[in-house]
Amino acid sequence: MAGDKWINWVWVSADEREKPRPPRVLLFNWLLAFLLLALLCFFSFSQLRYNWNWDTVGGYSNFFWRGWLNTLRISSLALVLSTAIGFLAALARRSGILMFRAISRLYVELVRGTPLLVQISFAFYVVADAFHFQNRFAVGLFTLSLFSGAFISEIIRGGIESVGSSQLESARAIGLTRLQTYRYVIFPQAIRVILPALAGMFANLIKDSSLLSVISIEEFTWNAQQVSALTYSNFECYIPLAIGYLVLTLPITLWTQWLEKRTRYET
Amino acid sequence: MRLKVTNLSKSFGNQVVLRQVNLELEKVHTLALIGPSGGGKSTLLRIIAGLERPDEGQISLDDKGIIFREKELMAHRRSIGTVFQAYNLFPHLTALQNITLPLEKVHHYEPAEARQLAGEILERFQLSEHSHKSPAQLSGGQRQRVAIARAISIKPKLLLFDEPTSALDPEMTAEVLQLIEELREEGRDLMIVTHQMGFAHRIADQIALLSGGRIAELGSPSQVLDEPRSELTRQFLAKVLKY
Repeated sequence: MAGDKWINWVWVSADEREKPRPPRVLLFNWLLAFLLLALLCFFSFSQLRYNWNWDTVGGYSNFFWRGWLNTLRISSLALVLSTAIGFLAALARRSGILMFRAISRLYVELVRGTPLLVQISFAFYVVADAFHFQNRFAVGLFTLSLFSGAFISEIIRGGIESVGSSQLESARAIGLTRLQTYRYVIFPQAIRVILPALAGMFANLIKDSSLLSVISIEEFTWNAQQVSALTYSNFECYIPLAIGYLVLTLPITLWTQWLEKRTRYET
Repeated sequence: MRLKVTNLSKSFGNQVVLRQVNLELEKVHTLALIGPSGGGKSTLLRIIAGLERPDEGQISLDDKGIIFREKELMAHRRSIGTVFQAYNLFPHLTALQNITLPLEKVHHYEPAEARQLAGEILERFQLSEHSHKSPAQLSGGQRQRVAIARAISIKPKLLLFDEPTSALDPEMTAEVLQLIEELREEGRDLMIVTHQMGFAHRIADQIALLSGGRIAELGSPSQVLDEPRSELTRQFLAKVLKY
């Protein structure tokens, strides 16, 4: 049994790698990893000649708080919207109407191939301006969703195409309609392939929302930059910024891992 | 069943698979399609199953012509049970759910009704203890029997088997063939593409040998297998019965 000898606390042989390990061994190794990280941070910062100014920055905590809430709001809306857009684009790519396929392809290639920064500026200063549309929040939300939607559509398309043709034939043979085939045969199987990639994409989306600061949307990064400028401090703003994003992205990763386990079946 | 195939042709690209096939059968319960690979037997079965459209020609089943348009084909497929070589069960569903899915979603059974019917069939097939397993947890023979259970649960007017034992080892082949024989004894109409000559001999009323996209021989099992008239049939049988 693992844990009896000291070697079992740190090493697992190849033929035992699938077996669950005792919690105390897991905990020990997590602590080791954290310790290593802490040492690296401690060393790096100890070498830094820097006058920490937490008190001044602390006075602006409501800036951070307000920005973080805005980022949460934009991200969660964009998450839903981009999934819907990605879904539609993936279906359009497989549509019987050929123009839909062309539109979907054009959208995906253009959006994936250009920087989000350019897209945001273009959407706000050129397109929205042309239509006399001044709502920054809406433009930002929509651009961010379009950007992520392009990646998500490719993820979803990959998932759909991973379902074998024999499955589609089986669905046809038992008389399922096209819609039912998607609902009962393709998606339940595709979701396994989609989820891990989607988790990464959602985390990216949350971090990408920081670029909306270029059109002065008052999200987390924009607020941190304001505080930084007001207090002439750097790291006191960036460290809370990093932690704030981590608090948003970690639950997403954990949630999708849980979903992955739930949708798992042997093949 | 009464089956009439008239001038049926089908090509895939440049490859002609069926050439003007004509076939007329009266009061046949079990038709076995045999012949060399690429001879067109699976394609003929798949057209009858409504999974493939012919380039030309007609098929009528019990005096009703099959209309090769998607809407009518869908209705046609819903009235027929098809079993494939590679089982084609849905891997994300249990054995039971594989059977209840078409019952609920296509044939509009209440969920409880569907579960009961599926449970009864699984019990008859001695698969009750496996009803909550996923296909990956079943043996090949068990999977194929679940696939057959799914096919008969909808009370089809005709059962089609496309090489149902080609992916199975001898022991599992026997368990599946026995089940098919039982279905035949119940008086179900069935059509089977098979390489098992002995089995074809045992269960078929009529055997059709397809070769080169044509029907080379048609008749009772003893006619076709024991006293073949065409040279083609003799050559084919000499080959398959050699080992």
